[in-house]
Parts: sequence; C-alpha cells; structure tokens
Amino acid sequence: MPAFAANKTIDVRGLACPMPSVKTALALEGMAAGETLEVVTDDPVSKKDLPVWAQSTGNTLLGMKEEAAVVRIYLKKGLRID
Amino acid sequence: MTDAKKNKGSVTIVVFSGELDKAIAAYVIATAAASMGMGVNMFFTFWGMNVIKKRGGLIKGRHWMQKMLNVMNYGHAKKLALSRMNMLGIGPAMLKTMMSQKRVPTLHEFIQTAASLGVKMYACEMSMSVMGLKKEDFIDECAGVIGAVSYLADAKESNVNLFI
Repeated sequence: MPAFAANKTIDVRGLACPMPSVKTALALEGMAAGETLEVVTDDPVSKKDLPVWAQSTGNTLLGMKEEAAVVRIYLKKGLRID
Repeated sequence: MTDAKKNKGSVTIVVFSGELDKAIAAYVIATAAASMGMGVNMFFTFWGMNVIKKRGGLIKGRHWMQKMLNVMNYGHAKKLALSRMNMLGIGPAMLKTMMSQKRVPTLHEFIQTAASLGVKMYACEMSMSVMGLKKEDFIDECAGVIGAVSYLADAKESNVNLFI
C-alpha cells in the first residue's frame, strides 16, 4: 500500500453515519484544490460512503488503508468548487 | 437558493411526523445531503412542528381547543415519543442510550449541525394558524414560516423529495 502525504488529517473515529461525511465536507471546505485530506474512521459505512461522497462532490479518492478496524481514507480536493 | 447549490442538486423534505425516530431519519438524510453540497429545505408541518418547537410554554393558542391540543401535544427536540415501542417513554430513553453508545448525534445536535451546514428549516403557516402557534414558538434555527406553494416551488426544482 503506498503512503499518501496528507496536508490535513481528521480523526472521526467513534462517529457514526452521516457524521464522517459531514466532518469530511467541513474539513475540505477550508483546504485548497489539490490538497490531500486523510480521514481516520472506524465506521464501517464510511468505507463505502466516502468514495461515493468524493465522486459526487467532485473530489478524488486517492486510496484507502485498512489497519484492523480503522480505515484511513485519502481524498484529494477537486478543482470544482461549485 | 444559489446557482452553486443547484448544480449539485437539492433535497426537499416534508416532516409531517413528530416522533423522535422519524425526525432523526429526516436529519440523517438532511445532513448527509448537505455534506454532499446539496441544498436542503425541510418543511415542518402538523405533528412535525414539534421537532423544531422551543422548550417550554405549555399553554399556547387562543381558544380552548387550541390550548387543549397544545397541552396534550407538548413536545420539542428533546421530548419526543417513538413511533413504535414508546412504552410510556421508556423506549425513547433506551434508544437515546443506545444511540449515544454508537455516538450517533442527538436530535438536538443534528438540528445544530444541519443549521450550520445551511439546511433551511421552515414551519408550515397553515398548521401554525390551526394550532395557534407563532414564529416565536419555534427555535432560532427555524428560518421562517412558509406555505404549501412556497414549499412546492422549492420541491419542483429539487432532485429528491421526501415525506416523513
């Protein structure tokens, strides 16, 4: 698994659906296009929902790293800010 | 609604029910949609108005029927029954415990999150006049009072419309 250099990390462990998506949206709002956000979650829904969230909001899923119950999801902020 | 929100689509939700479980379902969808950049309008009508009512003020309305209805229908975000297995209030208490164990936000937290994400919450003008309620009876997060036509004008332009 390649390592991703993240500009920012948010830890949403313990939070349930839909809060990981909400926190991700808020975190990306303050970032510049092209920057990478790392989302640390243990919510099983996030693994499926965040890639969908990224696609539907014009951001890019770079990859996911799973360590036991914890998933690290790497998202690149898209250029489309509309 | 801004053009930016239109590009990502929008959601309109009618909240007719005044029960905790249904209100949470409405807010899960509302906050998830808002996180996707969608515009969200929630229209609270009839029993659903309890969700966005302020705490306190048991007796409201002008005549005895309105007063009786408001006393019997007393409720706010922190005091709502369940649509099933209410068990005289034991059900909501147990559900709240189970939800906090899984760190699902409370309804109160959902309302605040939704408001901070720009979710618009409106009370139904007609239900308010039937029950004798005023704008002041609602929480500050309530963006205003609108009628069915204003709701439909938003719903017509939206991509997702729900009745809960």
